[in-house]
Amino acid sequence: MNALAARRRHPAAIAVLLILGLFLTGAVYAAFAPKPADATTKALPAQTVEEGKELFRANCASCHGLNAEGRETGNGDKVAGPSLAGVGAGAVEFQMGTGRMPLAGPMVQAPSRGEVKFTQDEIDAIGTYVASLSPGPERPSAEAVDPTKGDPAKGGELFRVNCAMCHNFAGAGGALTRGKYAPALGGTTDEHIYLAMTTGPQSMPVFNDTNLTPESKRDIIAFLNTIEDSPNQGGMTLGSLGPVSEGLFAWVFGLGLLVACAVWLGSKSA
Amino acid sequence: MNEQETHHPGAEVEPASTHGTAVRLDEGHIVGTGGLPERFTNPGLPAHVARAADLDEAAAARAEKQVATLFGLSILGTLAFIVLYFAIDLDQTVFVPGIGVTNASNLALGTTMALGMLGIGFGAVHWAKTLMPDEEAVEERHPLRATDESRDRVVQVLAEGGETSQITRRPLIMYTMGGALGLFAVPLVLQVAGSLGPMPQKSLSYTFWNGGPSGPGEEPEFRPLRLMRDPEGTPVKAEDVTIGSVFHIMPEGILPNPDDPEAEYLEEHVLEEKAKAAVILIRLEENLIESKKQRDWGHQGIVAYSKICTHVGCPVGLYEQQTHHLLCPCHQSTFDVKQDCKVIFGPAKRPLPQLQITVDDEGYLVSAAPFAEAVGPSFWERG
Repeated sequence: MNALAARRRHPAAIAVLLILGLFLTGAVYAAFAPKPADATTKALPAQTVEEGKELFRANCASCHGLNAEGRETGNGDKVAGPSLAGVGAGAVEFQMGTGRMPLAGPMVQAPSRGEVKFTQDEIDAIGTYVASLSPGPERPSAEAVDPTKGDPAKGGELFRVNCAMCHNFAGAGGALTRGKYAPALGGTTDEHIYLAMTTGPQSMPVFNDTNLTPESKRDIIAFLNTIEDSPNQGGMTLGSLGPVSEGLFAWVFGLGLLVACAVWLGSKSA
Repeated sequence: MNEQETHHPGAEVEPASTHGTAVRLDEGHIVGTGGLPERFTNPGLPAHVARAADLDEAAAARAEKQVATLFGLSILGTLAFIVLYFAIDLDQTVFVPGIGVTNASNLALGTTMALGMLGIGFGAVHWAKTLMPDEEAVEERHPLRATDESRDRVVQVLAEGGETSQITRRPLIMYTMGGALGLFAVPLVLQVAGSLGPMPQKSLSYTFWNGGPSGPGEEPEFRPLRLMRDPEGTPVKAEDVTIGSVFHIMPEGILPNPDDPEAEYLEEHVLEEKAKAAVILIRLEENLIESKKQRDWGHQGIVAYSKICTHVGCPVGLYEQQTHHLLCPCHQSTFDVKQDCKVIFGPAKRPLPQLQITVDDEGYLVSAAPFAEAVGPSFWERG
């Protein structure tokens, strides 16, 4: 203890304390953070309405209601889960195929890259069941999302008018109000990008086929693939977030380097 | 080096009488007598500390090698720059951990040039720090005032010059020269003032929705304009706008219409017109709309609002379809579409102006009136 007390004024003491505090906070959060309930039933090979209904009742009904009619929490106008009328198999594929659903706990918005907890067959079965309740957007054909058939230049123009205000000019995502956010688009499959436009998940508006034609959607997918594959001509992108991250980098590293040089210049040689 | 001990700047101040009464920081706690010394002793410069290279020839030789190495690195960097400038193809890419795939030429030229420049800089600094003389020296400040004779002489020369040039005797020259020089400044000011362009006149209050081009001096006459998709330039039918949809709209006549190649479109000042006329088209459940004016100016729950923020004019395009909030990405001004785009958060002071719309005979959405107020941020003459 004495040795510790003697070192309490050591220059590194504050840094060590900070790191220790951060580590402890993280560890405590990891221990107490809500974990998803695992109620997965056995894998089902076929995708029928009946099997989908069974899966839905076991995994989704607690929030979305036994017949997908949605459930209120009783706390103001907050809902535990919205009604799934008219969302179609497309929304089921988007929400479950990207791991957004099932949600681990009530939160501002479903995390964009959760763990996918169901097999594709199970997701398809639930999708078939939800689509059987009322018609909604279907999953697109492989051709509809084939980036090689799209025009990336036209897609870029459409992206900048319709998508870039939320998702950033480089698809890096951005903040919305009250903790909601538009997720980064990198690493999202072509089908999920298409489905996000047709189903309008969470805060995102719907871009139906009369707003952006299926060809326009394919152009946008082609554009996103192009910018993801193109090399960073300017070096490190710093998240493609623009002046905030670039300014922070300049202030921390640029200025830090200058300060280090000034200290070296001012110090006397040994 | 001995000079240091004998010469103390300020040593003229006699230290003996007060010596020992001033408290030094490294003496710990000392109970004071309450009295201040009459004068503080000038402590002078700290004693000079010799560097390793001053005392040891081996250390000096080591420092020499270090400096030479740094200059050598600079030479290598510059030579590598010259070689790589020709060797690397401009389109060649390379994977770098932490950066990703990046342009090989930029990376190589940047790195080698940094090496070339930093090598010189660091070498010079290291040389100065280790080998150049570092004895502390004091230079006394001398008075800057010239002697009285020199000052008198300057005045005399100037007066003589004036006299011999005859400017004092010939006032015509003096006045015409003054006039010529004074007038010469006018063209300079004129160019700046003249290049400011025409006055904005009513162009800040008009948009293309007033019926056509709305630049300075234009007086557009209102006619219903179709709402066109941006950037496609195609008209929008009311039935196309489903609930939860967002359309980004420009007035008919700005963009070329692919379905109607005959239609006229703007060739000049397109950006100015787009910057004022941008509109966002949203459909809400009609019973969610709280304002009667908003419902009346829309069409079956389809409402059109100016996309130009009333704060400083950023495009307000972030629509959250569940909360019906429109967010401006620049300063987080938030507008509630349910309440006629009232400001519910952020620095904007006025709601977004609504565009009155209706449908024409063919079912396309058209404007029913121009914006009732100027769009965008406040300006001096704004009514």
